[in-house]
Amino acid sequence: MKIGLDVGSTTIKSIVLDDAGTIVYSNYERHFSQITEKTAEALSKIRVAFPEMKEAALMFSGSAGMGMAENCSIDFIQEVYATKVAATEMAPDTDVIIELGGEDAKIIFLQGVMEARMNGSCAGGTGAFIDQMAVLLNVTPDDMNELAKTSTRRYTIASRCGVFAKTDIQPLINQGAERSDIAASIFYAVVNQTIGGLAQGRAIRGNVLYLGGPLSFMSELRRSFDETLSLHGTCPENSLYFVALGAALCAKTVTDLDQAIQDLSDYQSRNQFHTLPALFENQEEYDRFCERHAKADAVYGDLSCYQGKAYLGIDAGSTTVKAVVTGENHEILDSIYLSNSGNPVPIVCDYLKSLYKRKPDIRIAGSCVTGYGEDIIKNAFSVDHGLVETMAHLKAAREFMPDVEFIIDIGGQDMKCFKIHNAAIDNIYLNEACSSGCGSFLQTFAQALHYTPEEFSKLGLFAKNAVDLGSRCTVFMNSSVKQAQKDGVSTADISAGLSISVVKNAIHKVIRPASMDELGKKIVVQGGTFLNDAVLRAFEMELGLSVVRPVIAGLMGAYGCALHAQERSNGKSTLLTAAELSEFTHSIKNTVCGLCSNHCKLSVNTFSGGRRYIAGNRCERPITKRSGNFENNIYRYKQELLSEYGETSGRRKETIGIPLGLNMYELLPFWHRFFTALGFGVKVSPFSNREIYLSGQQTIPSDTVCFPAKMMHGHVMNLIRQQVDAVFYPCMSFNFDEGLGDNNYNCPVVAYYPEVIDANMEMPEGTVLIHDYVGPHKRKFFPKKMTELLSRYFEGIRLEDVRKASDLAYAERELFLKKIRIRAEEIVARAREEGRRILVLAGRPYHADPEINHGIDLLINAFGVSVISEDSVSHKVSRFPVRILNQWMYHARLYAAAKYVCTQKDMNLVQLVSFGCGLDAITTDEVRSIIESAGKIYTQIKIDEITNLGAVKVRLRSLLAALEQQECMDYGEN
Amino acid sequence: MAKIKRAKNGRILFTREMKRGYTILVPEMLPIHFEILKPIFTNAGYQLELLHTQKPEFSQIGIRYVHNDACYPLILVVGQFIDALQSGKYDLDKVALMMVQSGGGCRESNYIHLIRKALERAGYGHIPVISFSLSGMEFNTGFTMTVSMIRKCAAGVIYGDLLMLLNNQVKAYEIHKGDAQKLIDKWVKAITEQFQHARGFSFADMKKNFFKIVSSYAEVPIQKIPKVKVGIVGEIYVKYANFANNNLEKFLEEQNCEVMVPGLLGFLMFKIDARIQDIHLYGGSRLKLAVATWLLNYFKKVEKAFMECVDAFPMFTQLASYEDTKPLVDGLIGVGNRMGEGWFLPGEMIELIRHGYDNIVCTQPFGCLPTHVCGKGMIHKIKQMYPMANIVPIDYDPGATKVNQENRIKLMLSVAGEKTSCEPEPC
Repeated sequence: MKIGLDVGSTTIKSIVLDDAGTIVYSNYERHFSQITEKTAEALSKIRVAFPEMKEAALMFSGSAGMGMAENCSIDFIQEVYATKVAATEMAPDTDVIIELGGEDAKIIFLQGVMEARMNGSCAGGTGAFIDQMAVLLNVTPDDMNELAKTSTRRYTIASRCGVFAKTDIQPLINQGAERSDIAASIFYAVVNQTIGGLAQGRAIRGNVLYLGGPLSFMSELRRSFDETLSLHGTCPENSLYFVALGAALCAKTVTDLDQAIQDLSDYQSRNQFHTLPALFENQEEYDRFCERHAKADAVYGDLSCYQGKAYLGIDAGSTTVKAVVTGENHEILDSIYLSNSGNPVPIVCDYLKSLYKRKPDIRIAGSCVTGYGEDIIKNAFSVDHGLVETMAHLKAAREFMPDVEFIIDIGGQDMKCFKIHNAAIDNIYLNEACSSGCGSFLQTFAQALHYTPEEFSKLGLFAKNAVDLGSRCTVFMNSSVKQAQKDGVSTADISAGLSISVVKNAIHKVIRPASMDELGKKIVVQGGTFLNDAVLRAFEMELGLSVVRPVIAGLMGAYGCALHAQERSNGKSTLLTAAELSEFTHSIKNTVCGLCSNHCKLSVNTFSGGRRYIAGNRCERPITKRSGNFENNIYRYKQELLSEYGETSGRRKETIGIPLGLNMYELLPFWHRFFTALGFGVKVSPFSNREIYLSGQQTIPSDTVCFPAKMMHGHVMNLIRQQVDAVFYPCMSFNFDEGLGDNNYNCPVVAYYPEVIDANMEMPEGTVLIHDYVGPHKRKFFPKKMTELLSRYFEGIRLEDVRKASDLAYAERELFLKKIRIRAEEIVARAREEGRRILVLAGRPYHADPEINHGIDLLINAFGVSVISEDSVSHKVSRFPVRILNQWMYHARLYAAAKYVCTQKDMNLVQLVSFGCGLDAITTDEVRSIIESAGKIYTQIKIDEITNLGAVKVRLRSLLAALEQQECMDYGEN
Repeated sequence: MAKIKRAKNGRILFTREMKRGYTILVPEMLPIHFEILKPIFTNAGYQLELLHTQKPEFSQIGIRYVHNDACYPLILVVGQFIDALQSGKYDLDKVALMMVQSGGGCRESNYIHLIRKALERAGYGHIPVISFSLSGMEFNTGFTMTVSMIRKCAAGVIYGDLLMLLNNQVKAYEIHKGDAQKLIDKWVKAITEQFQHARGFSFADMKKNFFKIVSSYAEVPIQKIPKVKVGIVGEIYVKYANFANNNLEKFLEEQNCEVMVPGLLGFLMFKIDARIQDIHLYGGSRLKLAVATWLLNYFKKVEKAFMECVDAFPMFTQLASYEDTKPLVDGLIGVGNRMGEGWFLPGEMIELIRHGYDNIVCTQPFGCLPTHVCGKGMIHKIKQMYPMANIVPIDYDPGATKVNQENRIKLMLSVAGEKTSCEPEPC
C-alpha cells in the first residue's frame, strides 16, 4: 500500500493506492491553517479506514508540507514534479498541464524537454485570488461561476496580480457594471495572468490537462482557458488529487503510520521567525488605552426631537457606505456604516427611505457625497455637492483637533495621508496599487479563518510573539502568512503580525517620512481600519507617540461631507424628497462607446426623473458629445506629430518596420527620416491598444518588467503581421547627450529590450530583426558604424548615402523636439492668458502612448488644466547638481523639469511612474525633494496595466483642491 | 572628529586627516575574497573592518531609509550599515563607510548616493562614504589606491576565485568534514602574510602559490558519490552574499548538490571589456581604448596562469577563460550589453551547462532591471540552444519568502534528479 499526502496552502488531499496501484481511498479538506493538526488527522483517518494497515510507503508533497515532512523525517516530493508523475501514469498523452492551486499557478510542458513553471511571488494567488474576488462581489465562488455563465461582455482587468485586479474590479462594481460580466472578466484575468506569466514564449497546444481546485470546480474558468487558447482541454477524474497521487506513486520508504502521526502531533514550530514585541502587555494596559481613545468622541443629538436644519453627508467608499446626518451645531443625529455589497445605490436609497420614515418632518438643508461612488450617488439622489475625499477627511479631522498636522486614513482599499500646513493641505500621500487593499485584506483574511474581523483583531491584542510579515503588499503578506502557518505560528501571533504589517505599509510605503518628526505631533487617524484596536496600537508603537482616533473613525468622510454641506448650504437642498424617493428607479445599460478608437465600455445608469450617470469613459466625449479640445495638451500634440511618420514606400524594395514603443517614441522621427532617405519603405506599428498588448503577451519572459516594455512584444508582433522585411529595433546603451546630466545612458530596460525580443520572439521566414547596438550619440562615428551595420543585412549601402541620411535624421530629430517646445510655449501662453492652471505631466517620452498613460492627460484637461511635458521644458534649465548620480538621459530631464517648475508660480508637476520601474525609485525621491524645496506639492501617479482612473482622479482633485486652498490662504494673507 | 570638507556636489570627502584614526566599514560580499583583500588595506594604513553581521531585521531597517522599490542589495547594505552605526561599537565621529561602485547604466552605480541620502535621513549625515571603483568615479584625498595595492587587489581576487572553486569541488565529497575549510583558513593566512612582506602578487609568486594551492586540495581524501551539479549565477550581490540569497549554497549542499559559483575575475574583466566594446561599437578615444586593453591583457595573463595550474589536475573542473566565454553568446546576446552583469551572465550559464552544471539557479533582486534582459530574458533561448539546461530564476526581496524560493529550487532539483536517473550510470 502506498499513501500520498498533498498539503497545499489551503487544503489537504490524501490518496491511498493498493498494491495493484488502484486508488482505494481519497480525501479532500480545507485545513484552515491548522496544518500539523489536520495533517495528523488526515493520516489518522486513513488509519481508521484501513485498520489492518500499520505501515505503508508514505510520501508528502505540497508547499505547506515541506518543512513539516523534513522535521518528521517523512519523504517529500516537490508538488509540480508529483503532478508530472501522476500525469505520466494517468494521462500519458498529455502535452501541457495547467494547474491552479490555492496560491500557486503552474504550467508544465511535458512534450519534448520537460519544463515546469510556477508563478513568481508577484503573481501569487489564484485560488485565493478568486475567493477574494468572490468576497468582493459578495457571492460564493460557486455563485461566481454561475454568474459568469450569463455574461455578455468583458472588462479589462489587470492581470499582473491580485491586488491590481482588485483595484480594477472595485470601481466597476461601484459604477454599476453587471456582476455577471465582472465575474466572467475575473476568470479571463486569471487566464491572462496564468498565460502571460507562465507561458513565456512557449506555445500551449495539444492535449491540455486542467488540474487543481479552481479548475475542477469552475466550468467557466475552464471555458475561459479553452477560448483563450483555442483548444479543448480536459479536466480528468481525480483532478484534485494529482499531486497526492504523484506522491503516492513515488512513495518508497515504508513508514510506521502510528509513529508518523505521533511525530506530527509532537512537531512544534522551529520558531525561526523574527518576532515583534507584544501590542499590550496586559489587560490593564489595554484598558488605559481604551479609556484614552474614548475621549475623542463626537457630540450627538437626538434625531427624533431635533427641530433645526439638518445636513446629510455620504461617503460611498470602495467597500463600505457611510452616511451621517448632522445638526446645526455639528452634532451627529444619525449615522450608518454598512458594507456596500457591490452596489452603493440601493443602500443609500434604503437609508434615505428609513430616514424619511423615522423623521418625516426632517428639514435637510444641504447634502454632500464623497468617495468612489461619489458620481453615481450624486446623480442618483440629486445630492447637492460632491467633495474629494481628502478634503472631506480634513474637514472632519479639524472638528476633533483644530490644529491637526497630519491625517492618516486607512479604509478598505485606500490609504490617504496628508500633511496640513497653515490649515491647508500641504502634501498628499496616496497609496499605490501595490499597497492597496490592506484594510479589506484584514477582513477577508479573518473571514477565511472563520472569524469576524473584530474577533480576529482581538485575538492579536495580547499575542506574545507577533510575527513579522513584511510590508510589501497583501500578496506578499499572504505568502509570509503561509510560511508562518507552515511553521505552526498561532493565529493570535499572525493576527497581531498582520495589524503591524498594515501599519508598516502605511508608514514606510505610503508616507515614507525621512524621520518620524516629519509627521508632526498632532496626528489624527481615521478610516474603518483604525477601529481595529490592534492596528491603532501598532501605529502608536511604530510612531512612538499618542494619536487621536475619533470614536467615529469610520464615519469621518461622511461627517466631513455633512460639515461641507452645511458650509455651502443656501438653506435648501436638491436631495430627493420622500415622495421622489418612493418612485426611485435605477437601470443600467452597458454599451460600448463608439466615438473614438478607445472603445470604452460604458455603463449608462438611468434613474427616475431621467437623471443619468455614465461611467467607464476615459474622456468627456460620451457625456458632452463634443470631441475633446487638444489645444491645451502637449501629449495629444505629440501623438499628432508622431502620426505624421506613417507608412511610406521607397525606391528600394525592402520595407523597414519600426515598433512604436519605449525609446522609439522619441526616436521615430530620427529613424523614419534616416531610412526613408536611404530609400527604404517604412512601416510603423500603431499606437498601443489592448489587442496589441494581448497579441504579444505569450512571449513576455519576465512578468515583473514594466508595462511599456511588455507592450513592445505586441508592437513587434504587429510589424511581423504587416510582413515587413526587417524589424528595426536596435540596442542603445546611450541616448543623445543633452548635457543635463553626468552621463547619457538609457535605462537598462530601454537600452537592451531588443535582446529580449530577439531571444523570445520568433521571426517568420522573410523577416529579420535588426537589434544590433547603435550609438547615435557619437555623431562623428555614426555614419560609418551604421554603414557597417546595415551592410550586414542589405546590399548596396554606401557610406556617402548614409552620411546624407544621417544629416537629415539628426535635423529631423531637432525639428521634432523644437516643435514640441514651441507648442508648449503656446500652451503656456494661452493658459496664462485664460487663467488656467498648468501641470507638467513629467514622465518619459513613451508615456505619450494612450494605452500606457490611460488618458491621464485628458483627465487633467477635463479639470480645465493645461498639460505640458517634461521634455518640453527641460531645455530651459542648464545642468545643476543633484544628490544622486544623474546618469540617465530621460531622467535628467525630470530633474530639470522639476527645477524649472520651481521657478514658475502657476506651474505644478505631476510625475508619471511606470510600475516596476526601478529607476524611478531613485528619481521620485529626488524630484520630490526638488519640488518640495520650493514649497510646492509633489504628486506622483503610478501607472501599469490598470485602466481605471478612480484613484488617479482622487489624487488630481486633491492636488487641485489643495492648490485652490493654498491660493485662498495666500490671498487672505496679502 | 576630523574637519569636514565637501566636494562640489556636497558629498563629504574622506580626507587625509581622516585616514588616521577613522574606521572604515565595508559590507562583506564574498567571505573568502574579502578576507584576503582586507589586509591589503590595513597594511596601507587604513583601519578597515568587514561587516559580517547578518540580522533578519536589516531589510526592515533598510526600508526605513531607502525607497521601498530600491534594489534588495541596497536595502540590505543600508540596513547593515545603520545597524553597525547604532550598535555603539564605533565612535561615530571617527567612522567612514566604503562601498564598491562599478559604474555603468545600472542602478548599482547610484547605491553610494542613496546610501548618503539614507545616512542623512538616519541622522548620520556627517559620516563620509567612500566609493571604491575601478574607474575612479569619485576622488577622496584620504583614500588613494597605489599601483601596488591595485596589483595586490587583483591578485587577491584571483586567489579568492581559486579557493572558492576548489573548495566547492572538494567540500561536496570530502570524507572528513571540514578538510576543505581548513585549507581555506590556511591559505588565507598564508597569502595575507605574503602580502605583508610584499610577496605573493608578482606573477612568479602567484604561479608558485597557485600550484601549491591546487596540490593541497588534490590531496584531500574524497569519495565521489553521485550528486546533482548545480551552478549559481545572477546579480553579483545576491549571487555571492549568503545573507542576501538566504544561504543558497548551504541549502543546495543540504539537498545533496555539488555547487559551482563562477568567480569574480570574469566579472571584472567583463567590466573592463565593456569600455573596449563601447568604443568598438560606437567609436571613441584611442587612449581610453589603449588603457582598457592593457588592463584587460594583464588580467588575461594572470587568468591563464591560474587556469594552467588547475588544468594540471584533471580531477578539477573549471569554466572557460573570459575570452573563450565570449563567442559562446554569439547569436544569443550582443557583447555590447554591458549594464549590470550584461552578456556575461548568460555566458556564465552556457559555460556551466557545457561543464555539466546544467542545473542553474539564476538569482536576482526582485525588479532588477538588467537581469530582466540578461537573466530571465535569455533563459528561453538558452534552453533552445541547450535543451538539457534546467534553469530556475529566483527573486530575492524583503518580502519574498524562503519557502517560496526553496519550493521552486526543489522543483528544479526534481527535474535534475530525473535527468540523471535517465542517463546511463557513470562508470
